[in-house]
Amino acid sequence: MPEGVVAPVKVAEGLEVAGITAVPTSVTVPVAVADSVELYRTMRFIRRFEERAIDLVRAGEIFSGIHPCIGQEAVAAGACAALDPGDIVLSSHRGHGHLLAKGTDPSRLMAEMAGRVTGIDKGRGGSFHPSDFTAGVYNSTGTVGHGAGIAAGIAWAAAKAGDPKVVLSFFGDGAVTQGALLEGFNLAALWRLPVVYVCENNRYATTLPVEAAVAGTITGRGEAFGIPSSVVDGQDAEVVHAAVAEAVERARRGGGPSLLEMRTYRYHGHHTFEMLVRLRYREQAEIDSWKERDPLDIQATRVAEADRARIDAQVELELDEVVRFAVDSPRPDPADATDHYHADGFRPRPGVSL
Amino acid sequence: MPKLSYLKALNRALGDEMDRDESVFVLGEDVNFALTNITAGFLKRYGPDRVVEVPLTEQGFTNFATGAAMAGRRPVIEFQIPFLLLLVFEQITNQANKFLMMSGGQRSVPVTYLMPAAGWRAGWGAQHSDQPYSLFAHMGVKTVLPATPTDAYGLLTTAIRDDDPVVFFGPLASLGVREIVEYADLAPIPLGSGRVHRAGTDVTVVALGHLVHEALAVAEELADEASVEVWDPRSVYPFDWTGLAESVARTGRLVVFDDSNRACGMGAEILATAAEEMRLVAPPKRVTRPDGAIVGAVPELDVALQPTKAQLAEAVRTVLKSTGW
Repeated sequence: MPEGVVAPVKVAEGLEVAGITAVPTSVTVPVAVADSVELYRTMRFIRRFEERAIDLVRAGEIFSGIHPCIGQEAVAAGACAALDPGDIVLSSHRGHGHLLAKGTDPSRLMAEMAGRVTGIDKGRGGSFHPSDFTAGVYNSTGTVGHGAGIAAGIAWAAAKAGDPKVVLSFFGDGAVTQGALLEGFNLAALWRLPVVYVCENNRYATTLPVEAAVAGTITGRGEAFGIPSSVVDGQDAEVVHAAVAEAVERARRGGGPSLLEMRTYRYHGHHTFEMLVRLRYREQAEIDSWKERDPLDIQATRVAEADRARIDAQVELELDEVVRFAVDSPRPDPADATDHYHADGFRPRPGVSL
Repeated sequence: MPKLSYLKALNRALGDEMDRDESVFVLGEDVNFALTNITAGFLKRYGPDRVVEVPLTEQGFTNFATGAAMAGRRPVIEFQIPFLLLLVFEQITNQANKFLMMSGGQRSVPVTYLMPAAGWRAGWGAQHSDQPYSLFAHMGVKTVLPATPTDAYGLLTTAIRDDDPVVFFGPLASLGVREIVEYADLAPIPLGSGRVHRAGTDVTVVALGHLVHEALAVAEELADEASVEVWDPRSVYPFDWTGLAESVARTGRLVVFDDSNRACGMGAEILATAAEEMRLVAPPKRVTRPDGAIVGAVPELDVALQPTKAQLAEAVRTVLKSTGW
């Protein structure tokens, strides 16, 4: 990585961060203590959920394909574990892990991805745009970077209603070159809104390496608005948790937004269509070096072997049921294609009048 | 009885809704000082929590409003210039208007996008003179275009109360229109409900926005030659197709007077639907801006690009003379 893109990395002492120049700084905030076993369980569940979902893509059950988050599980698990149940998450196109970590029913999420009527959005959101208001996941806009302003609006409205919530807004490194993201930062900082901006820097915007896209630094964008901004080791769920917990605490006491750049990596392609087109924009050696710091392996070292075995077996059983529920659920009726276009039931005219 | 201007009707409707419903708030540029007069007196009346002055960050504050709406508020965004709606076209059409569907009906986004100065004014320049209501109708966003103070009051009220995003176009050329009203008679007007401004039997003139007033003048001029019905859809999406069909059933002939660009404008849609579904005894006509019109810098050039009363009168005469298909 060239000079100028590298920012100090918060890592646990002694850990090397693959592919980036690690400048270890101590994480100063044990605001909330992470539950190591629970973090492992969440990450294991996300990993295996995504692998089962890829199976369903191959089987043609998930027609749209998916943007797998395998390799990035520590960010979703660590960040969402630092939130209260009433807090709100805005997800991204690579969002299954966010929803699962925030408490979405996994069966209904898988059904959603498979376009079934039992899905959290009745199949209308799909893998790409899921939302689950019962779990506090308000949306996953496909317009990269635009969640930042939406997050500011939610946080503002909740604060004015006397019901302050923290809004955690996930986006990728591809979003940091979008003006709308910076407009969201500006409003959140201007009005000191309780937003935690979490950038999952997985090093590639589809095929474009971050150093070919981003002038300056990601954290520099936050700092320009006076937003406390730091780089975090996104492979270590407990480091993620500590950093997010600090930002959440700042937000709750009226300290305004934070920006956390999570250094992480996706093992799979941008989207499962890459299984067909075989784009070669990353060296295998780079992928391998990141896998040496696999987030599940890191967390596994903190969990007793017997607990791991029990959790792993339980996750498999749960996922069998998740997949069965999704596949067995009915597909929507084409006659309902224009349901939910408008809140008052107004229906558009059909495409032909005979 | 009091005389109500279009602009004052907007001020009154917004204030009445803010009084009625605590969740309503207004945000926009220069709203504190009420540059457009829409929010005159509001900062003092409602305070900065409900009159939210925003920086020049249209995409940012349009997304902000989407978030506030998801969290239970009813934002009204005041835009000063029509092209700003193009700058936020994606945020309205692709995000706010799709979230209800994408969430399987879980949450709608009740934002009102208030554009109180749509269209052309001499010398304002090429980038300040559009009136892009047809684009929002094309994308399936609820869109209203009232021509009179009473209709402006009624449709802004309805837009704010509606649970979906609604774009409100107040034509610049209508802002000065005044009407004698009884305040107690001001009331919400349903979306998709057209209005016969002048009844007639020979030809239906569908007039949109400020062109309603010009169409009424033409109908009067032609009164000795023909009985012209002037019909105003008031909202372009949803559109009162039933009301139009009833008018056309009475007259059998149709001319559309529309301040859109010609290609893919509302005028094109109205003619196409009438031709497909209604009983026209003669080919219809439309009077519009040219294809892809760029107006706004030089008055004598710009006037040549506007739909005019003379063009409408000629189109009406042509349609009346036509012997059929």
